[in-house]
Amino acid sequence: MSIFLNENSKVIVQGMTGSEGRKHTQRMLASGTAVVGGVNPKKAGQSVDFDGASVPVFGGVAEAMKETGADVSVIFVPPAGAKNAVIEAVDAQIGLAVVITEGIPVHDSTYFWAHAQGGSTRIIGPNCPGLISPERSNAGIIPANITKQGKIGLVSKSGTLTYQMMYELRDIGFSTCVGIGGDPVIGTTHIDCLQAFQDDPETEAIVMIGEIGGDAEERAADFIQANVTKPVVGYVAGFTAPEGKTMGHAGAIVSGSAGTAQAKKEALEAAGVRVGKTPSETARLMREIVGA
Amino acid sequence: MDLFEYQARDLLASHGVPVLPGGVAETPEQAEAIAREIGTAVVVKAQVKTGGRGKAGGVKLADSAEDARARAQDILGLDIKGHITHRVMVAQASDIAEEYYFSYLLDRANRTFLAMASVEGGMEIEQLAVERPEALARIPVDATVGVDTAKATEIVDAAGFPAEVRDQVIAIAVQLWDTFAKEDATLVEVNPLAKAPDGTVLALDAKVTLDENAGFRHAEHAALEDAASADPLEAAAKEKDLNYVKLDGEVGIIGNGAGLVMSTLDVVAYAGEEFGGVKPANFLDIGGGASAEVMANGLHIILSDPAVKSVFVNVFGGITACDAVANGIVHALQLLGDEATKPLVVRLDGNNVEEGRRILADADHPLVTLEDTMDGAARRAAELAA
Repeated sequence: MSIFLNENSKVIVQGMTGSEGRKHTQRMLASGTAVVGGVNPKKAGQSVDFDGASVPVFGGVAEAMKETGADVSVIFVPPAGAKNAVIEAVDAQIGLAVVITEGIPVHDSTYFWAHAQGGSTRIIGPNCPGLISPERSNAGIIPANITKQGKIGLVSKSGTLTYQMMYELRDIGFSTCVGIGGDPVIGTTHIDCLQAFQDDPETEAIVMIGEIGGDAEERAADFIQANVTKPVVGYVAGFTAPEGKTMGHAGAIVSGSAGTAQAKKEALEAAGVRVGKTPSETARLMREIVGA
Repeated sequence: MDLFEYQARDLLASHGVPVLPGGVAETPEQAEAIAREIGTAVVVKAQVKTGGRGKAGGVKLADSAEDARARAQDILGLDIKGHITHRVMVAQASDIAEEYYFSYLLDRANRTFLAMASVEGGMEIEQLAVERPEALARIPVDATVGVDTAKATEIVDAAGFPAEVRDQVIAIAVQLWDTFAKEDATLVEVNPLAKAPDGTVLALDAKVTLDENAGFRHAEHAALEDAASADPLEAAAKEKDLNYVKLDGEVGIIGNGAGLVMSTLDVVAYAGEEFGGVKPANFLDIGGGASAEVMANGLHIILSDPAVKSVFVNVFGGITACDAVANGIVHALQLLGDEATKPLVVRLDGNNVEEGRRILADADHPLVTLEDTMDGAARRAAELAA
């Protein structure tokens, strides 16, 4: 088992014909993901060749789903068109929409999040690397060849810290790694992933990576205390970030005394989570727990 | 991007929100001219992006144009919590009968917008929220619906605005939403929203934060940037499309990915404790690609910071494998030539790491030290900067 994504997932790519979309579709296919179509209304009816694999381009998400049985869409559409792309995926009732695009105005993400409420689509992102269930399926831009299938579940706001942790624990392996994104408003939260990992029989322990800004980690800590019985190891980035400065991710900002790394670390520790001082120490803590 | 009060006021006015006449001045002479034009008593207010201006002597009343000039003279150049005052706003002075509070903001936790309103304005809203939460109405606003007159009425009535100003505040609530939505703001706050003795309701002070991600559909917002007080290195980095934040330490940092770079700063600061409190000098995320050109641009910015004594390059090779990153570093050092004068500690990990390390070892650049782990590299970089 894994969460949100497995070997039966059929993936379409909105924005497949753009340079980023094309590059990462190639990589998803190379890692064994069933990419069954692309979406671009201007190139409907064409197909794109990826090292011999011909992937058809459809005019819309609903049509692509009807023709291919796709249940996952990975969205690379640039910021100006991203809101409509997500709304289209939601309206087509796709099960999972993974929004890779960085730089979407927060009025747009707040809009498509509200629009998706009550519907049947889980949104991951925006401004995220996507998710991978190693050796099964890879929806997004996470490098597929740095780890293997295993028993750790990982949820993170940051892309490269996800990769770092996947790599450090590559001998143990992961059920699913979810990059939830660094924007102020995101679709799937730490809590959603913690719940799914708790319910997933294959996942034995969970790594949770957070960073400054907002209070998602504090709320996740409350959730862990009340609902998660599997061991959780945590890491928080941004102890040295100055107040009022955006650190790369749009959501990574300490506002006044709110959103500090220290407060997040303390909240997690109070909930029984062992928090590493550095990524390497966090990996070591996980090794102690899983005995590897 | 946080706006200055005068910019916020102009933006609100452009969406119909009632404000008092005024203007912005960079010299006492300009302040005098604006006061003369207004023709009444004025208030001269320091334009700094921080609170507590009044207590710091940054807000003064002036009875005449000459007086406004003198007050502007006092305030210009004033250091308010580390913010130097380069401009003052000169606005008509108004007697205030009552002070209210009104704001729209992004509620991250609930992934929605929030209207907050109170008839007890004037004080810090954080204080009001703690001390008298029942006096602060908090009404979620659905992003797909927005605020029309009916929604504005709901907010205004929830806050208990008095009958004699109710209609005015409802109209202002719609205008403030118009500002919030059409300008892609994440905060529009009016405090105080004031009732003058004649019963007119006006926005007397405002804070606005704009979403920089929405810049592509607001070309006019670029002019609101405070380029003059930007750090020169941050400005230079921005020109090169680099994600750079100047900090006050000695170890220059380059990495890929916002989370990894934030983490690198922390690890360097921990390691630096052993070496007399050495700290990171900057945040710089060169992104996933880490090409030679981007690496060279990044190194150029960092090496032009006189405070930097050593540089820590921390890259995880995922999409771009370590051999490509290593070639990027070697090429970047060639591009920089004699400009590269400070020791570089490099830590590579991820795909093709052995090949990446071999390339750097073969290049044998006198300034480059290769370390295997992030913690070890941070320690070495801190030591070199001590």
